[in-house]
Amino acid sequence: MKTLRVVLVLTLVSVFSAGTLSFFELLAEKRIAENEKREIEESIFTIVPQTEKIEEVKDYYKLFDKEGDLLGYIFLAEGQGYQGPVKILFGLKPNLEELLGIEIISHQETPGLGAKIDSGEFKQQFRRLRVLPKIEYLKKKPSLPNQIQAITAATVSSRSVVNILNKKIDQIRKEFKKR
Amino acid sequence: MKNVFKKGLWENHPIFKQLLGMCPTLAVTTSAINGLSMGLAIIFVLNFSSGIVSLIRKFIPPQVRIAVYTIIIATFVTLADLFLKAFFPSISKALGPYVPLIVVNCIILGRAEAFSSKNPPKLALLDSLGVSLGFLWGLVLLGSLRELLGAGTIFGIKVLGDFFEKWVVMVLPAGAFLVLGFLVGVINYIERKRR
Repeated sequence: MKTLRVVLVLTLVSVFSAGTLSFFELLAEKRIAENEKREIEESIFTIVPQTEKIEEVKDYYKLFDKEGDLLGYIFLAEGQGYQGPVKILFGLKPNLEELLGIEIISHQETPGLGAKIDSGEFKQQFRRLRVLPKIEYLKKKPSLPNQIQAITAATVSSRSVVNILNKKIDQIRKEFKKR
Repeated sequence: MKNVFKKGLWENHPIFKQLLGMCPTLAVTTSAINGLSMGLAIIFVLNFSSGIVSLIRKFIPPQVRIAVYTIIIATFVTLADLFLKAFFPSISKALGPYVPLIVVNCIILGRAEAFSSKNPPKLALLDSLGVSLGFLWGLVLLGSLRELLGAGTIFGIKVLGDFFEKWVVMVLPAGAFLVLGFLVGVINYIERKRR
């Protein structure tokens, strides 16, 4: 009798909890998906302001301008930063040789130091940056079109961004070549 | 009656007196707004779970009481998490995993076990209201101080001019311990003076 009561109470509480949660999940689900989509779209427009149309392909986006010409591709790359995962959204020109720009979607770098990877000054360096033979980072002013300057006192974070990009771009170029 | 409410606000303050719930306290108080949002999430979860635990306290078999409390708490935590994700995505992002982690917050389980499971709903609510408001002011104070020292702002509004050299360490984990220790000291000092 005692056991029966334990089972009964636990079951009732769980069923009630599951019911409440499913109900509210249904209500919130759509909004949450919309929020995520809007965040990606906003970042795409920051990277390529002249975008008119975004076409979602399997795991990347194709961007078109007013005349319907292909502006480039947008990819999401993820890798390890100094303190945690770094997620980067970046655009590549159709020839896959030059970056359109990057946006940091999320990171956990040190505030005031590594967190500067999300500053305009740092991201600006990736506009029209050559990705061949690969992106390089320097501790002084860059001289070649494929080089950026690392953030002072945050070389590890800067290097992480560069490595994450290089790895993903390399993979993309290989995949595109196969087609 | 009134004492039950006031206890959590000062005398038995969850952060400064009992040093409970240290995980969210130290981790999310990098800014005033984060402290405030966490405090509000706790107010929601603690009051609803205390109310429900108190309502069904006579039906809960003692062998499985902790399991029952946990299910009830987890339900409200998930609701708070969904709500933030749907309506305040940027705050949800800033608080990260610390919203779902409210499930294991010992203040909430502590109130369920020590108070609301033994008292009628009216008293249980007074108690949880006091404790959660106490937690809220603690988090906002801690977040404001850290933001002020670490970034020169409070709630994103510039307070200290450009002359101020930011103490970045204050918004880093180490700063959380420094400011918390300082505040516990100050509050103990005030307490001693009053006696």
